[in-house]
Order: sequence, then structure tokens, then C-alpha cells
Amino acid sequence: MLGHTRVTIRDGGPADAVGGVVPRWVALPESVEEISVVLGACADADLAVTPAGGRTKLCWANPPERLDVLLDLSAMREVLEHVAGDLVVRVQAGIPVARLAETLAGAGQELALDVPFPEATIGGTLAAPSPGPRAFRYGNARDLLIGVTVVLSDGTIARAGGKVVKNVAGYDLGKLFTGSYGTLGVIAEATFRLHPLPADRRWLTFECEGWEDAGELLRSQLEPSAVEIDHPAEGLTTLAALFEGPAARDRAEAAREVLGGGEVRAEAPSWWGRPPGLPLASLRCHVPPHVPEGVSVRGSLATGVYLAAGAADLDAWRSRLPADARLVGLAGEFTGDRWGPIPSLPLMRRVKERFDPERRMSPGRLAGGV
Amino acid sequence: MTVFDRLEAIFPPDRVITDPVRLRTYECDGLTYHRATPMVVVLPETAEEVAATVRVCAEFGVPFVARGSGTGLSGGALPRSDGVLIVTSRMRRILSVDLDRRQAVVEPGVTNLAITEAVRDRGYYYAPDPSSQQICSIGGNVAENSGGAHCLKYGFTVNHVQALEIVTPDGDVIEISEDDFGYDLLGAFVGSEGTLGIATKITVRLMRAPEAVTTLLAAFEGIEAGGQAVTSIIAAGIVPAAIEMMDALAIEAAEAAVACGYPADAGAVLIVELDGPASEVEAQLAEVIAICVATGSFEQRVAASADERAKIWKGRKSAFAAVGRISPAYIVQDGVVPRTCLGEVLAGIDALQEEFGIRVANVFHAGDGNLHPLVLFDDAAPGEGERAEVVSGRILDLCITHGGSITGEHGVGVDKARYMPRMFTDADLDTMQRVRCAFDPGGRSNPGKVFPTPRLCGEVPRVRKGSPGEIF
Ligand SMILES: Cc1cc2nc3c(=O)[nH]c(=O)nc-3n(C[C@H](O)[C@H](O)[C@@H](O)COP(=O)(O)OP(=O)(O)OC[C@H]3O[C@@H](n4cnc5c(N)ncnc54)[C@H](O)[C@@H]3O)c2cc1C
Ligand SMILES: Cc1cc2nc3c(=O)[nH]c(=O)nc-3n(C[C@H](O)[C@H](O)[C@H](O)COP(=O)(O)OP(=O)(O)OC[C@H]3O[C@@H](n4cnc5c(N)ncnc54)[C@H](O)[C@@H]3O)c2cc1C
Repeated sequence: MLGHTRVTIRDGGPADAVGGVVPRWVALPESVEEISVVLGACADADLAVTPAGGRTKLCWANPPERLDVLLDLSAMREVLEHVAGDLVVRVQAGIPVARLAETLAGAGQELALDVPFPEATIGGTLAAPSPGPRAFRYGNARDLLIGVTVVLSDGTIARAGGKVVKNVAGYDLGKLFTGSYGTLGVIAEATFRLHPLPADRRWLTFECEGWEDAGELLRSQLEPSAVEIDHPAEGLTTLAALFEGPAARDRAEAAREVLGGGEVRAEAPSWWGRPPGLPLASLRCHVPPHVPEGVSVRGSLATGVYLAAGAADLDAWRSRLPADARLVGLAGEFTGDRWGPIPSLPLMRRVKERFDPERRMSPGRLAGGV
Repeated sequence: MTVFDRLEAIFPPDRVITDPVRLRTYECDGLTYHRATPMVVVLPETAEEVAATVRVCAEFGVPFVARGSGTGLSGGALPRSDGVLIVTSRMRRILSVDLDRRQAVVEPGVTNLAITEAVRDRGYYYAPDPSSQQICSIGGNVAENSGGAHCLKYGFTVNHVQALEIVTPDGDVIEISEDDFGYDLLGAFVGSEGTLGIATKITVRLMRAPEAVTTLLAAFEGIEAGGQAVTSIIAAGIVPAAIEMMDALAIEAAEAAVACGYPADAGAVLIVELDGPASEVEAQLAEVIAICVATGSFEQRVAASADERAKIWKGRKSAFAAVGRISPAYIVQDGVVPRTCLGEVLAGIDALQEEFGIRVANVFHAGDGNLHPLVLFDDAAPGEGERAEVVSGRILDLCITHGGSITGEHGVGVDKARYMPRMFTDADLDTMQRVRCAFDPGGRSNPGKVFPTPRLCGEVPRVRKGSPGEIF
């Protein structure tokens, strides 16, 4: 059916829906050039496109205003280049994070992201990032990204960054595309800086009354890689900290002294880095937040980035949070405004206009019609 | 009404400079061979004054350039003779420090080191540490995405800035933050070299000082052996806070300038700094020393005190200026190569020295492959300056052919704009231009920097009504 493009195409079905919108076709490109050909063809015919990776977060954010072609990256799952001595890897965007982790572990290295879903892809993780526990130490996906190849809605193939860890030549398009939810173009390839796998990992878990206990830990010099809290809708709150390195155990024990209790284990607690449920919201708050009845919150006391489940009325919750806190509805049903204030929205709109003037790339998925 | 009238209405007389003699103070940054006298200089004290100035520029279609401390090494703050230079030196307040949030909010003219100095006694610091940190401004750091010796472990400016207040080229004051859901505009702005607007307030991450810091100086016969040690340290899974290397010529210069007392017959020295919890640092130090010995280091010194550490660093941190002691003139180059190519590229630089009869001193951030070759020449000797230029350009070619970059931290500015097409295609540059057009459709914010040829933005194309044809 795709005579002139030669890209694999099939009809879309309910299983391909994006937030309830069923695409007419699914395209399965196998190379950057094929993505470009598909997007070029879509531009000629004014077809709207949404990229898809592992489809674990395809329903996050708004449904697209229109959708004709789901651009499925599952055929682009190769490690293109892994130079262990440089601690750098270049991959196709459709590679599952778990598959990449396996390759890297063979060389004693890792991409220091905590993605809880084995099917999640690198492209999806960049387009829809949500910091995991270790973001405190290693940063988020955008901090580990050093180079990117993207394809724009008119088929333009563009690269930015490179394969060296330090590089300030030109604008950092990779960063711009993180958090873009497929609305600026398609992330086709990505290059990351890696870290050596730590010699040892220990988790300290501690059941606590309030959230203040973590303060002591963060003021210590024990350098936890993550300090997480699990605050369920009912029952006790748990604090957990991860220590990585040859002396991880000693440091976790020392942290136990600081907290005056807790348990040190070689495994993560079961809730570690997992979303707490639906409806799911992202909360960013740099002081211990007010949490409504019936809402569970999980996330990093160190970075102030949390996921929250069970709150549908986000406006009501927002009114109890500090003005600079941010609460955004990710997945599920919400009453009222799912986005809340986004001060830089006017600039995001202008970026969208320049990258996708004809509004074909996942139009309307983000706030303000972006 | 002229631009001058309008600016004089915004600023008191002592903060608008039109006197030609005073204007000349601002004619260049750290890259002194590009010079231009600005049409007018203003010294704002508030974001509102910056915004008002930028709005005047918009109204008259006049370009503007931001300037922090003027230590940039790529001509980024080179003024426009037809434009306004907006200098942030009066915006030097640290607005707030919140150690519970590990965060400080500062004005753009605050120096890099001032942030650390404000929190050091409470056990915190600001991590990015360019060698110019006593003077350079945090606004300049944001614009250049500056790095420093300790970026190997801790990352660059972009990894430590959490939010910015910016004045857009239209004169709007907008907050961009890592907390904003959607595009990472913060990441795009940092490193944009003043071409997307002016940062007027900067929220930075503060870090808890490490429990232990240890600094090792290892001497090698030559730079290859030193390079091998670097490769082995990285391969062993150790991420030191810093790994810096200097070659014989750089050591000679540093010795002449600050008597740093490095081992006399060293062909190269490596400075390795480890930090973190004491228990880990100790174990890693032993491992690093063993690697250095195994790769041929003939002397190792471990700093036993803060004083000794400072002494080791003194040689390194003064190296750029020190080269002035052994050469009348020099070019500071800044290129990056994959770490595994260090040896090959350094050999290539050696070959260039022979071919052109030009000396090159190497001082660099070895851990992340960021070279700072100092190309030495005598500006009084006919033709030498030109030959040095050629060598400097060839070094960049070496970096590019090895998959590296034309700049690791000094930026593109005016100096390297012409090299951009060697690293990027037209499509890449056009795509970057879309970002520029989103922020600055009029092309007034630091025009002529970063990109080789001026491009016009044009209107946003109208929505095309295609017919969903029978493509598929
Ligand atoms: C508890 C939890 C912890 C997490 N931890 C982390 C973490 O540590 N670090 C981190 O960065 N993320 C983290 N995430 C985010 C998450 O892992 C990602 O969103 C990822 O799983 C989505 O991948 P996917 O391949 O399934 O994407 P999909 O569900 O297929 O797509 C998600 C979105 O991205 C778009 N998209 C997908 N592929 C591309 C592409 N190639 N180009 C352009 N747009 C594309 C889609 O259009 C869609 O809008 C976490 C999430 C949760 C719930
Ligand atoms: C001896 C020496 C050593 C150095 N060592 C290092 C090093 O180790 N690492 C490193 O990365 N750099 C280094 N540099 C380069 C330089 O110090 C950095 O680039 C620094 O960030 C520049 O800061 P500045 O305040 O001097 O900026 P300026 O030179 O005044 O300006 C630099 C650029 O920033 C823009 N700018 C300034 N303020 C703002 C603002 N508020 N908003 C938007 N744009 C703005 C200007 O327009 C210009 O393009 C060194 C320089 C010298 C002279």
C-alpha cells in the first residue's frame, strides 16, 4: 500500500489507539531514512503522525487532536555503537531500555536511568521522561543524553550534539526534544554517556512518621544515590535510600545510625521506582508537600519530584500547594485543569510553530494545544 | 526620539555609557583579536531595566549583546558597533540561599566563585568550576554552558541550573524551569551563547561538600603513558572528580610563572582528584596509584593537606596565563575527542608542530577528552601568526575527524562560527535556526555569533490544507 516509500505499513486497529484515537495506519520504519520518507509522505498528504515506542506511556498526556499514522519504532532496536573505553553508546530510538541494559552490563556499564518497564524504549523515555530515583545523583535522561538524530515533520533529518561527553557546539536539540511527547518530531537515534556499574548497592529502608527525617540524611556526607519516600493512602510512610559503590554497605549502615533505625538490604523495596497507581499525576514540590486524604505519593525527597495516585481534582490539591509547586495529570481521568501553570508555555508554543507549523506531529498532546 | 534618548530615559546618566573612551573598555572579551566599539553600553540593575532596554532595541530594530565579565574565549561578548551592549556587572546580588532545598537564586552578574563562597562554611558548594571562576559571571556560564576541571564527575552548567528568568528578545520576562512540563527550554537556553535572550535570574543547585577529597599528582615520561593511565582509570570503573593532564611545555610555563614544583624531568603530569565518602576515596586512591605505576608513572605525590592540594592545582589553573612566560603570543584552542582517541590526536598535534615549526603546549581535561592546545607564536616574526592560525584550525579538523567537537566549553562565538559547517550539515543548522526563530524572530539577540551565515526567519508558514491523498 505504501508503494513509493517501501516502508512496512499495516492498517491501524483499536490496539494502536493513542488515548482513544485510532490511527488509520501503522508505519514500521527500519532506518532514519525510512522515518524521513514516511514523514515526507505524510507532509505531502497532510496526515497527522504520532510516534510510538514500547507503548507503555502512549496514553500519557492529552489524546492527539488528529491521528492518521502511528509511527512505530519497534523495528529500530539496535545498539549502533558502544565504545566501552569512552563510556558512550549510540542506539536506535526503538531499542527497549532493558535490552540496552543487558548489552551494557556485559561491559560492566549502565545507562543510569531507572525505567521500571522493560518494554519502554529509549525514544519514549526521552520524549516522555519522568525522573526515577537515581536522578538525584545522575540527573534525568536529558542530563545523560549527548547526541541525537531527529526527523522533523517535513522529513528533515537533523543531528545535534555528538559522541563526546563534553560539547557546546550549536544548540542542544536533544534537550529541547526531551519532554516533547512526539510533538516536535521523531527521535530516531540517541547517544548517551554511561556510568560504570557500581561494585555494590544497598538500600536502607525506614518506616517513619513524617517526611522530615530525610533531611538528616541529605545533610550527611554519605552521598546516597537516591532518597525516596513511599507515602501510601493508608498506613505507614516508608523512607528508603540507595547507596552505591564499593563501600555501599558501610555507608548504608552509617545512614542507619543517622536515622536511628531502619533495615539495610541488598534488594530494593518492592515499590522502588514504580508508579503508585491511577489516576497518575506528576508532582514537583521542593518542600514536603501537603497530601490529601486517599492520595498516595512516591518519589524523591532529594529532588522534590514525585508521582501521585488517586487525586482526580488537581485544582483542589494545587490550591493547598506552594505557588511554585507543579502538579500535572499524566494518565487517567481528571476533573478541571490537568496542566496547572506553565510559565514558559508561550515560548513552547512558538517552538512548536517553528518545528511543526502545519500541526501534524501529535497535535494538542501538551498544554495549550502544543 | 533616538535609541540614546530612550535609554537615557530608562537609566540614570552614570549607567548609560556613550563616551568613546569608556566604550572602548568593552570592545573585546578574552579573545582580544576581535574588537568592535559598541554604539552604547548600559549597566542595568534589574530585570525590568534589561527588558526595557531590549524593548527599545526591538522598537528601533537595533541588535543587542549581553556581557558578563568578558572572560569569554570565543568572542561571544564581542559588541556590535550598531548595537547596545548590556553589561550585567551591576546585577551582583545573591537573592536567596536555601540549604534545605540545596538551591541558590542569583543575579547574572554574580561571579561563579561567589556562590560557593556564600555557602562554603556551611558545607555546600556550586560544582561547575571554570578556571576563570574568580571573575566570570554566572550569566556568562549559563550562556556558554561552562565546564571546569570537576565536570568529569559532576557535569556542566546545564546540569546545575534549575530555573532561569530570561528577558526574551521581544522584551518579555519569562521564567523557564526544569519543573515545566513539556519541552526542555531550559536545556536549550543554556549554552545558546546569548542568542536566545538574556538571563536575569538564575536558580542553581548547590551540592553538599564531599567528606573526603584527595589529590594525586603523577609524573610520566611522556604524554602517551599519561594518556594510557587515563584510559585505564576510566576502564577500571573509577569516575574521579577530575583528571587533568599537562605536557612538558605546559609544565615549563607553569613552573616559570608560579613555581608549582612539579617533578623536574616529567614529560607529562596527571592530576587526579578523587572525592566522596572517605571509605570509598581511600580504596580508589590505592587503585589509581597502582594504575599510574603500571602505566609508567615514575613519581606520585598525594596532597596531604588543603595547602598541598592548592599547590598542585595552582600549576594547572594558571597554565593559560603562564604560557605568556614562554611565548610572546598564543592561541587558546578548545576541542574535544573521544577519550579513546586521545593518544592518536596528541600524536597528530605533534606532527603538526613539526610540519609548521610551531610549538603547542597541551593542558587539558583528559578525563573527558577536552583538549586545550595552546598554540605558541611570536607575533613579531613575519608569517608566524598565520601559521599558528593554520595549526589551530588543523587541530580542530583532527578533533572532527575523530568524531569529536570543535568546542568543549569555550563556545563557538564569532571565532568558530566558520567551523560549524564542518561539524553540522545545512539541515542540522537550519533546524537549530528554528529554535532561534522561535525565541528571536527579529535576529536581534547577539547576531553574528554561533552560526556561520545570517539566516532570516520569515513568518511562521500558514497552515497548509492538503488533501489526505491516497498515499498509503
Ligand atoms: C515510576 C516511573 C519511573 C520512571 N523512571 C524514569 C527514569 O528514571 N528516567 C526517565 O527518563 N524516565 C523514566 N520514566 C518514564 C518512562 O520510563 C518513559 O516515559 C518510557 O517508559 C516510555 O517509553 P515507551 O517506549 O513505552 O513510550 P511510548 O509509551 O511508546 O510513548 C510515550 C510518548 O513518547 C512519544 N514517543 C515515543 N517514542 C518516540 C520517539 N522515538 N520520538 C518521539 N516521540 C516518541 C509517544 O508519542 C508518546 O507520547 C519513568 C516512569 C515511571 C512511571
Ligand atoms: C583564564 C581563563 C580560563 C578559563 N577557563 C575556563 C574553563 O575552565 N571552563 C570554561 O568553560 N570556560 C573557561 N573560560 C572561558 C570563560 O571564562 C567562560 O566562557 C565564562 O562562562 C564566561 O563568563 P563571562 O561572565 O566572562 O561572560 P562574557 O565573556 O561576558 O560573555 C560570554 C557569552 O555569554 C553571553 N552572556 C553573558 N551574560 C549573559 C546573560 N546574563 N544572559 C545571556 N547571555 C549572556 C555573552 O553575550 C557572550 O556570548 C576561561 C577564560 C579565561 C580567560
